[in-house]
Amino acid sequence: MERRSTRIGLALWALLVTAFLWIPLLLILVYAFNRSNVQSWPIPGFTTHWFRVAWDAQEVRDAIWLSVRAGLLATGIAILLGSGAAFAIARFRFFGRESVSFLLVLPIALPGIITGMALNTFFVFNHIDLSLWTIVIGHATFCIVIVYNNVLARLRRSSPSLLEASADLGADGWQTFRFVVWPVLSTALVAGGLLAFALSFDEVVVTYFTAGAQNTLPLLIFGYIRLGQQLPVVNAIAFAMIVLTVIPVALAQRLMRDTGVLRRGAANVTEATQGIPAV
Amino acid sequence: MATQAPARPGASSAAGAPAVRLTGIRRTYGEVVAIAGLDLDIADGEFFTLLGPSGSGKTTTLRVIAGFERPDAGHVELQGRDVTNVAPSERPVNTVFQDYALFPHMSVVENVEYGLRVKGIGRKERRERAEEVLARVRLPGLGARKPIQLSGGQRQRVALARAIVNRPPLLLLDEPLGALDLKLRQEMQVFLKELQRELGITFVYVTHDQEEALTMSDRLAVFNEGRIEQIGTPADVYEHPETEFVAGFVGVSNILERDGRRFIVRPEKILMTETGDGEAGVVKEVVYVGGFTRYIVDLDAGGELVVVRQNLESSSQDALEERGKRVRLSWRPEHTYDIGRDRA
Repeated sequence: MERRSTRIGLALWALLVTAFLWIPLLLILVYAFNRSNVQSWPIPGFTTHWFRVAWDAQEVRDAIWLSVRAGLLATGIAILLGSGAAFAIARFRFFGRESVSFLLVLPIALPGIITGMALNTFFVFNHIDLSLWTIVIGHATFCIVIVYNNVLARLRRSSPSLLEASADLGADGWQTFRFVVWPVLSTALVAGGLLAFALSFDEVVVTYFTAGAQNTLPLLIFGYIRLGQQLPVVNAIAFAMIVLTVIPVALAQRLMRDTGVLRRGAANVTEATQGIPAV
Repeated sequence: MATQAPARPGASSAAGAPAVRLTGIRRTYGEVVAIAGLDLDIADGEFFTLLGPSGSGKTTTLRVIAGFERPDAGHVELQGRDVTNVAPSERPVNTVFQDYALFPHMSVVENVEYGLRVKGIGRKERRERAEEVLARVRLPGLGARKPIQLSGGQRQRVALARAIVNRPPLLLLDEPLGALDLKLRQEMQVFLKELQRELGITFVYVTHDQEEALTMSDRLAVFNEGRIEQIGTPADVYEHPETEFVAGFVGVSNILERDGRRFIVRPEKILMTETGDGEAGVVKEVVYVGGFTRYIVDLDAGGELVVVRQNLESSSQDALEERGKRVRLSWRPEHTYDIGRDRA
């Protein structure tokens, strides 16, 4: 009896937590279809009008395009630098190795406002105009960590003798890369990349300090809400962003789970999610 | 410095050049000397074991033969060909790794075919050869599984199959049974020995387990601190240990000093009686081990000896009552071996 009541209690608790996390989001999702431009409950009627308005607005389109470009570029940089750093840390012993590892992960623990301020100061100091590239650099600081963590976890979990085994069996360097290194690492890279993109796509604080005159999508929304304008349009955009963010994150989790590289069970969940900070 | 005991007759010099010849091999990591000047000949078709404690240089020696380590000095010859500067992928050698190093994203059969695949052998032939080898290591029908779905013993055999499918003249095994439990390990010892005989190829086997080395090898080399202390057949090394280290590492260290002579006598060669001639002493400890009992005897003239006695007619109770008794220990002079050479 007691075990049953415990089970029911736990299930209820889990339900409450899930509700706590999702009810605000669901509210936005519903408001996106609100016929009135006044937010009141229940909504007076259903419409997809605001999606059309959002889609037709040039500044929304520009913001989306800027966010996509910044996200892709930051992710690309993160994949190059993050995986390179992970290789160095996992495979070589060198002086200051622990410190480098710490310094790499630190930016994600630092408050975004500090990172943003520091970058802004740096750019101004060097007379660098704020542009797409300054946004990309700002985003890369935390995107690198995501890829780095994912690839490092994968490298630590795979036997260092895999490369030797491949060479021992007669494979040359290119064959070893193609048949062993890439398949073992690719899912970690893709998952890390997807998470990095998702983070970059909705980043506000660092972007605020590095964006200059142009708006990324989150900055645009931030501006709309601050001025209290276009709330129905914001809801429609939020709807699209939730969907766009959920897809890569879900995909990343699935990628980390389905590979034979990892043991079944808790290990893969931690590996897939450890790159995601509380945003 | 090690002496070269003659190889097992018939095993050596069949093809002229030895399967492996190491001359003057030296390998250091910064200040640490892993191998300090090593010469070794391994005959064609031999089951040769590198035995020693961890850090003694045995695994480094294996890795030098495979080509994963470049020696700082010295030469590696395989079947008469100098391969010191040849990449691992170009050496006629395959390795069974201690952690198996199976490719996690490939199925069992893909793992086994890997060596054939990178050599450009057609899908049909390599599939056939892989299945054949999997049957030989008693893993038929598991080809579609991923390594993660196998038990430790099964993974070990996949690693073995992946190496021998390439039909190498020389197989290197780095503590391949280290991760298995005792019973499985003993089964695999017999299996590996049979396999080596069937394939007729040279096995170089690294282990720290002296029993494994004695059971399986045609000859073995005992490693200590980057050097070979002794090379010989299991009987040679067990019965005629040349140094104190070998005496202690291979078997029980039963060393006595009498009249300025240091010698060793193996526990099973000692006759323990209550009266009569021989060294007088007191039974200090009795260890009942099922099939036999181990006695530790404190000698009046100094030192202690381990004596082993089979529990033929006696019961465990009889054996345990021996504790504290005065006994006489005797042995035949030919069963003692002088330890003259102590390594500097």
